[in-house]
Amino acid sequence: MSRIDDHVPLVDLGDERPQVAARARIQSPIVPRASISGRALVAVVAIMTFLASMTTGAVLLISASASEWQSDVASEITIQVRPQAGRNLDKDVAAIVDAMRTQPGIVDARPFSKQESSQLLEPWLGSGLSLDDLPVPRVIVARVSPGTALDLAALRSRILGVAPSASVDDHRAWIERMRSMSGATVAAGLGILALVIVATIISVSFATRGAMAANRPIVEVLHFVGAGDRYIADRFFRHFLLLGLEGGLIGGGAAMLLFGFSESIAGWFSGTPVGDQFAALLGTFSLRPSGYLVLAVQAVMIAAITAWASRRTLFATLDDIE
Amino acid sequence: MVRFENVGLRYGLGPEILRDLNFLIPAHSFQFLTGPSGAGKTSLLKLLFLSLRPTRGLVNLFGRDVSLLGKNEVADLRKRIGIVLQDFRLLDHMTTYENVSLPFRVIGRDESSYRKEVIDLLKWVGLGDRMDALPPILSGGEKQRAAIARAVISRPQLLLADEPTGNVDPTLGRRLLRLFIELNKTGTAVVIATHDITLMDQYEARRLVLHQGRLHIYE
Repeated sequence: MSRIDDHVPLVDLGDERPQVAARARIQSPIVPRASISGRALVAVVAIMTFLASMTTGAVLLISASASEWQSDVASEITIQVRPQAGRNLDKDVAAIVDAMRTQPGIVDARPFSKQESSQLLEPWLGSGLSLDDLPVPRVIVARVSPGTALDLAALRSRILGVAPSASVDDHRAWIERMRSMSGATVAAGLGILALVIVATIISVSFATRGAMAANRPIVEVLHFVGAGDRYIADRFFRHFLLLGLEGGLIGGGAAMLLFGFSESIAGWFSGTPVGDQFAALLGTFSLRPSGYLVLAVQAVMIAAITAWASRRTLFATLDDIE
Repeated sequence: MVRFENVGLRYGLGPEILRDLNFLIPAHSFQFLTGPSGAGKTSLLKLLFLSLRPTRGLVNLFGRDVSLLGKNEVADLRKRIGIVLQDFRLLDHMTTYENVSLPFRVIGRDESSYRKEVIDLLKWVGLGDRMDALPPILSGGEKQRAAIARAVISRPQLLLADEPTGNVDPTLGRRLLRLFIELNKTGTAVVIATHDITLMDQYEARRLVLHQGRLHIYE
C-alpha cells in the first residue's frame, strides 16, 4: 500500500505537543465479546453439546456393559449331562470333570451340586425339591483360559466318549444375539449423535446469522477502513470459536458432572436389590477415563464445528455486504 | 487518479439519478462537491468509494477499471481512500482512540508505532480529553471529528468527506478545513461534499456542482 509522506507529521501541535511518552493502551477486541446474540449462541452450543455428550455417554455405557457380559459369558463353557437309563449320572459327571481338568485351555471345571441345581430350579418348581425324584440334568461349568482358542469339536467328541448323554454349550448363539443387540443399540446411538451434530450445525448457522446481523455495522466499518474479507472473517472466526468453546465447555462439563453424579448414586445403592439389578443390567454404570476423554474431545469438536459453520455463514454474509 | 466517462447510476428500476458524468480528479487536487439536497452527492461519493458500481460508463480509480475489480482488490484500493460519512459510522464498543487508530490496526501495525500520531491528531481536532470516551457519550460534533480523524489518520491518497462540518461550530469548521488543506498539501486529493457556501468561500478550490443528475465543473 502506498502512503503519502509518512515521515512528516500530519498536524503540528506546537506547544500542545505532549512532552511525555503516551502510555500503551489495551485494545478492545474488534468484535465485542458480550452481546445478546453471542450469549444466545453460547446457549445453543451448550445445549447441543450436552445432548451430544449424553448420547455418546449412553452409547459408551451400553457398549462397555455389552462387552463385559460377552467376555464373562465367552469365558465359560456349560456342559449338561442328562440322566440316561443304565448309566450312573454322578459317575458320568465326575468323569467329565476329570476329562475337562486335563484339557488344555480349561482353567477350572466345577459341577453344580444337587443342592445348587435345586436352587437354580427353585423359582420354577418351588422349594423343598428333591432331585432324586426327577430326571434333572446336572450342569458342569468350565472356565476357559482367556485368549485360548478351544477346539470345541474335539472337546465335544471327547466328552461324548466319556458320557454319551452330555451336551456342550459355549453360549455362541446367545453371544451372537447379544452382539447384534448391542451393535444395533450402538448404531442407533451413533445415528442419534449424527442427528444431534447436524442439528448443531443448523442451529449454530442460524444463531451465527443472527449474531452477524447484529454485527453488520462492524463489518461495514471494517470495509470502510480497508479491511479485506479474510481479515474480517479471521476476527469473527476467532470470536465464534471462543463462543463455541465456552458453550462446549458448559455443555460438555455439565454432561460429565451428570455422569460422575450418576456413578456416585450407583455407588450409594450398591448392595441393595435395586442397585444389584442396575449393576446386572448396566454394569458399573460408570464411564471409564477414556469415556470422559471422548466427551472432552467431542466438546472441542462441537466448538470447531461452531467455528466452521460460523465461517461459512460469515463468508455468505460478507458477500451480501458491499 | 480518478476518471469518470459517461457514468450513469440508477437504483433498481428507478430513474437515473446520475447521468453522463465525465470528470477527472487529479492527484494532489482539492475540490468541493456541491448541489441541492437529493442531487446525488452521497451517491457520487459512494461510487468514488466503490460502495456502488455504476449502471453504465467507465470508472477508473488509481489506474484500475473498477468493473473488473475483485473483492480483495476493492479492499486494497479502499486502503488508499479515506471517507467521512454523514452518519459517522464509529464502533460503539471502541474508544475514540481505538476508532481513530482502526485503519492502522487492520493493516497489522504495532500499537506503539502509531500511538503518538493518533494522540497528536486527536488533540488537533479537539478530542484530546475524549480519547477514552465511547462514541455513545460523544456529542454529534465530537463524533464527526472522530470520524474525520479516522479518515485522515492513514494519510490516504484520496479523501472523501460528506458534509464534514455539518455538526460543528464555524470556528471548529475552519479548523477542520485547515486539516483538510494540510492533508492536501502533503499530497492527498480531497473531495468535500457540502452545502455550506461559507465553508466553500473560505478556500479557493475547484467546485463540482451536481444539478438534476448532471455535473457542472467550475475550475
